[in-house]
Formats: sequence, C-alpha cells, structure tokens
Amino acid sequence: MKKRIRFVLNGEKRAIDVAPQETLLEALRDGLGVKSPKCGCDRGDCGTCTVMIDGRTVRSCLVLGVEVDGAVVTTLEGVMENGELSPLQQAFLDRNAFQCGFCAPGMIMSATELLARNEQPTREEVQEGLAGNLCRCTGYSPIIDAVLETAGVVPKGGRDERP
Amino acid sequence: MSGHKFIGKSVVRVDGKAKLTGAAAFVDDLEFGPGLLHAVIIESPHAYAKIRKIDFAKALDVEGVVKVVTGKEFPYRFGLYMHDRYVFAQDHVRFVGEQVAAVIARTPAVAKKAAGLVKVEYEVLKPVLDVETALKEDARLIHPELGNYHHVPWFFPKKDTNIAHFRKVRKGDAEQGFREADHVFEDTYTVPRYAHCSIETHGAIGLFDHSRRLTVWAASQSPHTQRHLFAEALAPLGLKHKDIRVIAPSVGGGFGGKAGVSMEILAAALATTVQGSPVKVHWTREQEFYNTYQRQGVVAKMRVGVKNDGTITALEQKLYWDAGAYVEYGANVVNAAGLSASGPYRIPNVHIDSVCVYTNLPPGGPYRGFGYSEFLFGLESHFNEVAKKLGIDPVEFRRKNAICTGDVLNYGGKMNPSGLLECIDKVAREIDWGKKRVSADPRKAIGKGFALFWKAPAMPPNASSTAFLKFNEDGSLNILVSAMEIGQGFLTVMAQIAAEVLSVPPEKIRVETPDTDRNPYEWQTVASHITWGTGNAVKKAAIDAREQILDIVSSALGQPRESLYLDDEQVRSRSDAGFALPLRDFVINGIMMKDGTFRGGPIIGRGMFMPEFASALSDPETSQGGKPNVHYTVGASAIEIEVDRETGKITIPKVVLGVDCGKVLNPDLLKGQVTGGMVQGLATVLYEDMRFDEKGRLLNPNFTDYKIPTALDTPEEIVSIFVEHEQPDGPFGARGVGEHTMIPAAPIIANAIEDALGIRIRSMPITAEKIALAIKDS
Repeated sequence: MKKRIRFVLNGEKRAIDVAPQETLLEALRDGLGVKSPKCGCDRGDCGTCTVMIDGRTVRSCLVLGVEVDGAVVTTLEGVMENGELSPLQQAFLDRNAFQCGFCAPGMIMSATELLARNEQPTREEVQEGLAGNLCRCTGYSPIIDAVLETAGVVPKGGRDERP
Repeated sequence: MSGHKFIGKSVVRVDGKAKLTGAAAFVDDLEFGPGLLHAVIIESPHAYAKIRKIDFAKALDVEGVVKVVTGKEFPYRFGLYMHDRYVFAQDHVRFVGEQVAAVIARTPAVAKKAAGLVKVEYEVLKPVLDVETALKEDARLIHPELGNYHHVPWFFPKKDTNIAHFRKVRKGDAEQGFREADHVFEDTYTVPRYAHCSIETHGAIGLFDHSRRLTVWAASQSPHTQRHLFAEALAPLGLKHKDIRVIAPSVGGGFGGKAGVSMEILAAALATTVQGSPVKVHWTREQEFYNTYQRQGVVAKMRVGVKNDGTITALEQKLYWDAGAYVEYGANVVNAAGLSASGPYRIPNVHIDSVCVYTNLPPGGPYRGFGYSEFLFGLESHFNEVAKKLGIDPVEFRRKNAICTGDVLNYGGKMNPSGLLECIDKVAREIDWGKKRVSADPRKAIGKGFALFWKAPAMPPNASSTAFLKFNEDGSLNILVSAMEIGQGFLTVMAQIAAEVLSVPPEKIRVETPDTDRNPYEWQTVASHITWGTGNAVKKAAIDAREQILDIVSSALGQPRESLYLDDEQVRSRSDAGFALPLRDFVINGIMMKDGTFRGGPIIGRGMFMPEFASALSDPETSQGGKPNVHYTVGASAIEIEVDRETGKITIPKVVLGVDCGKVLNPDLLKGQVTGGMVQGLATVLYEDMRFDEKGRLLNPNFTDYKIPTALDTPEEIVSIFVEHEQPDGPFGARGVGEHTMIPAAPIIANAIEDALGIRIRSMPITAEKIALAIKDS
C-alpha cells in the first residue's frame, strides 16, 4: 500500500506516493527523476547516494522514503546557487577533485555539510568527514585540498601552468 | 614551454561542470519509460558442475514475468581474443556466479521473485581452484574443447590440458648467462586476485526494435569492440554491424573492468528475445565483485644470475596465472606480461614462461597495469634482495642495469626513447635516498623502498583510432571520437590537441562520449594508448581541417598559401600583417566572392591512426621476430614508511613517482593519474585481497569486507615528477601513463618494510596483520 508523503526537495514542495519498503534513493531517482544521488552498493558502504535531510547528510539507500515526510531534502541539484557553481563545486573544478564524476554528487554533499558544521576544519577533520564517501579515481588528496581551499585553510590554486 | 598555447597547460576539464552538478548522465540515469523490462540473472552456486535440468515453469506463472531465457537460446561461443565464453552456461558451469538463466519481468521486484522460483539441478563436480592443481597430470579439464576454440594467432593453447596460452620468451642464452654469473638467486612470490571497484557497477540496456535494429546503452570502455563482439556472438540471428549500435554515456570508473564484453552481452542477447521492449541488466555490488573481470592471481618463480659487480647476466621467470573459468581477455594479460617480465632492465639472457591456467574461479581480465603490477611485485622485491646480498645499494643496482634508449628488448626490437636514468636520479633525490631517518617513537621503524616500472600498451598490432572534427557557425567545434572518458581527462586532452592545431580555445570545443552510429571507430579505451593513439587521430583531423581552411582562404582570396597560418581563431598571413580573417566568418558558410557566389563550405576534419609498424607475429618458441609493443613508458618510484613494530600498521609520510611521459600535455591531469593510481596501487598491497572458500565462493564481495581506501588512507605527501623524452610518434611527443602510476606501489612497500624491519614478505597483500605476525616470528 503506497503512502503519500510531502516534503521540500531542493526548495520546492513535492508530494509523492511511496511504497513502505521504498528507499529514499529509489523515491528520488525513480519517483522524482532526481538522478544525482547514485547507487553504488545499496548498503551504506560507498556514500555515493548521500543527500541531506534537514541539513544532515544521510545515505539515501538506508533511509526509507516514508521517513522524509515533512522534512527538507537537499540533493546536489539544490546546491547550485542561481545556476552557478557553489564555491565548493568551483574548488572541485579548479583542483580536479573528481575524475569519473560518479562519487562527486555524494562527496560534495558530505563536504557541504562538513563545512556548514565546521568552517575551519583541519586536514584530519576533512579526512574524517569524507571517510564515508568512497572514490576510486582521485586518491582523495585533491578532494581534501578542495574542501580546505573552500574553507580558506589552504590558498586558492593548485593548478600548474594555466593557459 | 616550446611556444605551445594549450599543450602543456592545466586546461580546465571540459567535463567538469557536468560531473560536478549532476548533469552527467550515467547508464543507470537514463530513462526508458514504462515499457522498460528488467532482467534478473540466475547464477551458479557451484564452481564446477554439470547442468542436468532447468525448470522455470513456476517462474513463468508469476504475473509480470515476460520471459525466461536459458543457454538453449544462445548456443554460441564468443570472446575478445579467444572464443571460450557463452552468453549463458551451456552444459557446464565453471565458476560461482556464472549466468545460467535470466528472468525478464515488468519490474525488478517481480523479476527477482520469479528468479527464486527457477530450479536448476546440478551434478556437482570437484572444482579446480588453484594453478598447482590445474597443472597436475591428472587434473580435471575445465575446457575439454580447448583445442577447437578460435583464438588470435599469438596465443598458444595446449589442448587436453588446462593451459589456455603459453607465452615463451627466449632471448640470448639463459643457461650460458647463469654460467657466467658469480651468483644465482632464486625465489617465489605470489599475488592474489583483485577487484577494480569502480564506484559505478556495470549496467546495460538492450533494445531490439521491430525493424531488427539492436541498440545497447552500456557503461563501457569499449563501445566499438562491444558492437563487434555483439555482432559476432549474435551473427546467427542475421545481425550486421550496421544494425547494431552502442551508446556509451558517462562511465563511473573503468580501470579495465568495463573493457571488452562481460555482462553487456546479456543485455544485447536478452533484448533479441523481447523484440520491441528495452531490457535492463544492472549488476549489484556483489555481482560486480564476482561476475565481471578480476585481476588474475600469479605465482612467480624467478632465478637471477648476477656478477659480483651487480651486472645481471640472466633472468628466468616462470609465471603461473590463475586466469579463471574463461580467458577470452585474460589470456592477453598473460601474454603481455610474459613479453615484458624482465622489467625495465638490460638483461642479455632472458627465459620467460608466462602460463595462462584455467581454474574454476571467476574470469580474469584486464585491470589497470595489465599483468605488470603482478610480475613487478616479485621482480622488484627480488632485485632488492639480490642487491642487498651483493652489498650494493638497491638504487645503484637498478641504475647499473636499467634499460636505455636503443637497448634490445625481450623480443628483439629496440627500446624507444627512455628517460629512466633521469627518473631514477630525480626520484632518489626527492626521497632523500641514502639518508636514514629514525623515529622519535621507539615503537616505530622507518624504512624506504625503491622500485622501477615499465609498461607497454597491450593491444592487437592494428588497434586503431579515428576522429571527426566539425566546425560550427560561430567557429566553435565538435570533435567526434569513440575512446572513452573514464575519469582520466581524455576529453579535455583531445580538446587541447585540436585547440593547439586550430588556435581555437578548448572551452569552444565540445568532445563527448560516443554513439557508434555517429562517432568513428576506436578499438578500446585500455592499454594507456588513447592519449597517444586517439590523440594522434585528433591531431590529424585538426591538421586536415586546418589544411582545408588555408586552401580555401588562399584560393578564394588570393593569399599566398605558404604565408597563411592560424592564430587566435583567425587566419593570418606572414606576408600581409593586416590580414586577419576570423574562422567564424567562413567555416560553415564559406567565403563570398565579388559576384555573390561562395567558395568553401562546412569544414570537417578527418583523422586516422594505426601503428603500421607493429606486428604480433613471432617465433612461438622464442617470441623473437615481431614488434608486439608500440612503446614502453618507464619510471621510478620510492616511498618512506613508518611501521608500528607492535601492530604492523603502516603510515606513509611520502611517496614519489617519476615517469617519462614523453611530453606533459596537461600537468594537473597527469598529477591526477599519479595520485589516484598510486593510492589504488597502495591499497592492493596494504589491504585488498579477494578471499575464496574451499568451494570457490568469494567471501568478501562488498566494501565492508573488501577494503578499498578512504580519505583517511591517503599518504601525507605524493610527489609527481615528469620527465620528457619525447615519443617520436606521439602527439606532441606524448606517450601513455594512465596505468603506470599504480604498478610500482607493491614493491616499494615491500622493499620499505624490508628496509625498516629486515623482513622480506613474499606474498601480497602485506597487511598490518601479516607484518605483525612476521615480526613475531622473526
């Protein structure tokens, strides 16, 4: 039996019918066509489905759709500012803090929450904060640097020999 | 920097905004509407068994089930280099997880439920789970039909054995070399199987429409090769290449795992059974571990002859590869590694046996490094031991024997331009080689490790790349290629190459992932060859466009042809400083003459590159005579580690990798390959390991039990050093580097542990637990 839930998704009021066993990830991707959260493991190990509920990141594969009734849900689609990259996204671009791009949506959500909670994180705090988001391409250091750059902890840059 | 405007610059990634905003669509993001069908695969629970009976009557009764498909519908063999696979198992299953049947249903849930109702009766056979058992005289044959399998001419299967391919390399006279040696040192090293662990699992959707056109959308490194293999495998259905189309959206990591054809054949084949409806097959993380290619395990037995002064006189390597149940791709890993298993050394007498052995474990296949990581763990560990026993510094030993430009390779050809010595010296300096640091903490031991590496692209001699380049009305351009962006930054580098030739900035150039109907041929995105191969094709396409542009401007406007050149998106003239014709004024609409007629028209460039000098034909007993490898990329790497003497836990203050990339095309992208590859390589030695039980079942098919690195596991400092000894046939002198950056990771760790603790560990992985136990034993 499906249940109607209402919540705010990326600033817009949405209503959707979800089955009791349907995960938030399924509701977002299949029910609402919001595709930035990805399914990498379906058991909370990889973090690529990370979204925010009321400002806190969750693994949307481990949350049921019915649980977000009345909540504010933010995905990567809601992180852009007036169609422009957020400073964090810009730092990811400047520092090549992604390669294949599959983990990037979840990684950016985790990093966004991290910076909202801790404006001046140390390198170790960033590593700790991103430890639940797996990336197989970058070796993480450009991601860590991008987060630290956004926080103003390390200087802007990282790009050798700009054209 | 040699006057280049875009080459050698850290141009911003052209795919960056799409990937950082969620705009990039991966295969699972594509929508196919309410008609989409879902397939769930029934898998073998046994490593080796005869299929007696498949009963799916109950599954067909479930509402929403459209079809159940078994091996009966597709009794055809296929494969990349050897046709030893089936779409679905025929009379036998050969590994745990092998596809036996599929249920196609309206929803994934119905498909899953119905799959549980399919009953398969098996006669269970004793599986062959390791190479030693497989090679015994009386071993059970995993492929009794081996002698009949179609394969490429450079494979040498031994019929009526489990040896699918035997690569022999004989250079000089190894026995004579050992007689000339003052010492002969021998040892055995072992490497287990590994998983790629792309964060995106495999997925494919097939649609066989009512006009009999087959379209497959796949997470792919090999769109054209997949099309070709689908055409070969499904030829009995009367499909031509022109009727088959592969569309490759963004790929969430490849590392070799999405090359060739593995599970994609299921989407292609199943689609033909439900004509008119798209059908989707999507691997779970578990399936991703056990039913795609795995990196093969190897047992390496080696013997090296050396003079007292450290000169290597002979090397014998016997590599026994656990290639798994099907070797259609993996046998070429065995082949490539065999040809190069001397490492980047000048060794006059070489004897290599590289043996591809069938086992009842999942199919082996391509994984970043393609066999080189595996043999270099043993070789570079062993050379360190040899140097130590001779009382020679390990770096000095390597320097003395390092291969140089023009040296004779294992198969008789000459070594390409090589900056190996420069890499060795720069890496040694960067890691402060020879200076021993002592930790203030008595529980910590500090050690340094050093290793060399090399790798050549492993590909058929005629592997080719092509490119189309189309100008638009505003002077921007679209480049059509079929190599894949798998994270490395390929699209950006192709834009840079065209930008350099045409003086159009990369941000005005769009390069996207391919559709085989529209984009021209590319063999595969593997082998670290596309910057080189596809880069050459794009450069030729850009030159082709440039020549058309200069021709038309010269003939229409009477400008002397030899004076014309492109600069800043305009045609300029060396003989007429005032002449400046913007490209956008004519690259589509042509140039208007005084009488109102036009000359020229849309500019389309075409480029093709095939290495015409390569050949895989050689003497099967010696490998002498051919030119199987287009070039080798070489380098050196070093690490400093701190080991906890009680727990065995390793921390890494610094790791350095120096590589001769020929020419740096984009420094930041290249650095990204070093950082990512090194961390991936370090994980294979420090944590990762596929564990199988005595029945051949994979015990750790998930990220809880198969540990890949997290942000906490990255070394404190990773230093990249780029050396540029140009590759004469590379675009702007570049050669491949993508795989090389993970290859030396295992031996630098093993050698650093030996340096820190005096303990030599000869099997991977080298986990904290293994180190702690070794400390206890010593």
